[in-house]
Amino acid sequence: MRKIDTQSIADTVYRLALRACRSLTPSCLAALERAEKTETSPAARFALQTCLKNAEVAAEECMPVCQDTGMAVVFLSVGQNVALSGKPLAEAVNDGVRRAYLDGYFRKSVCDPLTRRNTADNTPAVIHTEIVAGDKIEISFLPKGFGSENMSRLFMLTPAVGVDGVLDAVVSAVRDAGSKPCPPVYVGVGIGGTFDTAALLAKKALLRDVGTRNEREDVAAIEETLLERINALGIGAQGFHGDTTAIGVSCEITPTHIAGLPVAVNMQCHCVRAAKEVL
Amino acid sequence: MRRLTLPLTPETVASVHAGEAILLSGVIYTARDCAHKRIVAELDRLPFPIKDQIIYYAGPCPAPEGKASGSCGPTTSARMNSFAPALLDAGLGGMIGKGEMSEEVRLALKRNKKIYFAAIGGAGALYGNAIERSECVAYPDLLSEAVYRLTVKDLPVIAAIDAEGNSIYDQKNRS
Repeated sequence: MRKIDTQSIADTVYRLALRACRSLTPSCLAALERAEKTETSPAARFALQTCLKNAEVAAEECMPVCQDTGMAVVFLSVGQNVALSGKPLAEAVNDGVRRAYLDGYFRKSVCDPLTRRNTADNTPAVIHTEIVAGDKIEISFLPKGFGSENMSRLFMLTPAVGVDGVLDAVVSAVRDAGSKPCPPVYVGVGIGGTFDTAALLAKKALLRDVGTRNEREDVAAIEETLLERINALGIGAQGFHGDTTAIGVSCEITPTHIAGLPVAVNMQCHCVRAAKEVL
Repeated sequence: MRRLTLPLTPETVASVHAGEAILLSGVIYTARDCAHKRIVAELDRLPFPIKDQIIYYAGPCPAPEGKASGSCGPTTSARMNSFAPALLDAGLGGMIGKGEMSEEVRLALKRNKKIYFAAIGGAGALYGNAIERSECVAYPDLLSEAVYRLTVKDLPVIAAIDAEGNSIYDQKNRS
């Protein structure tokens, strides 16, 4: 067994949070640059240019790219040959989040859903843990802003609608979201499983680099078709009408029940921020 | 790009058209969901003026040393749809936010001859740097959701809904 003190997980989460909130992922930046070059609508091009300039300013001045530094979503893949010691795992993750949001001058955006009282340190983080083979721990940090999260949807479709029904559902979610989620969006889609696994898959899809394709050919074809249909909506950057409504679509898939076809759409704004480290 | 100084005169307001890119300078007030609930409840005894003033739908990051503000881009305006008409009818000078607003808001802007400006969502660092001064003027218990009086210089915006009720989000106005 390999021994790992959870303090090193806390310190890693701390570093990842600081890095993620201050920069766009390279694949997101490249997609925005491509979109700006080809955009034909002046207002949408202005929006894209402003976003690119903003990314430069954030990097130069070590500032958060967007003031919505999000809820901290943390994915942990823990090798089953690892023996953890020290403070409980969730406590360690929250400790890293708390310190990063304080030291980074990030906004504390977490509150009680009913009283709306702010927890003042951006905890608790949303933590997804899975046990995998091996003796390593992979930690991914995804700060999730809520302008886009609010526009996410879950569809419990009937099997009869088939692939066309899946495509229509995802396109309708993006159409209904309109200008609200800060387009051009990155669309994460989860297909299959149960009510909850579809949503989790949709979120996991957002950890993939923008522009990558699913290994399954039929799923990759769905991603391509969705991207084309979404961009044909013409919503454009910030809803100013334009050629790029989505910079990417990523689908993840898992078997489901014979009676069902769950489809979750997790919307991500054009500020794709994520960071990963392996311990 | 056209530069405008706040507060806007009725003549200036009338000359602004939906789709126009503008650099705004002057004083604006931040307010989001929670602050709006309190503002509409306390309209007759507000701790800051709203007549002819601009509300910026935003909640900033804390200011690091040496800066007036942290990152401070716009939040989704549609969440304020239910509050904006009452504030415009009470004399509010206009709003800055991001994304489309409801038909009721468009009509309230037209009725009161006011403008809704769209800032670029996600460009928080850039907007934070356009802020020269920031002071909390109401509801400090709301932390980043409190009302901050901001002095801004050259804040880049697009006139999204003008005083005639023309909207950049309208399909007819594809630029």
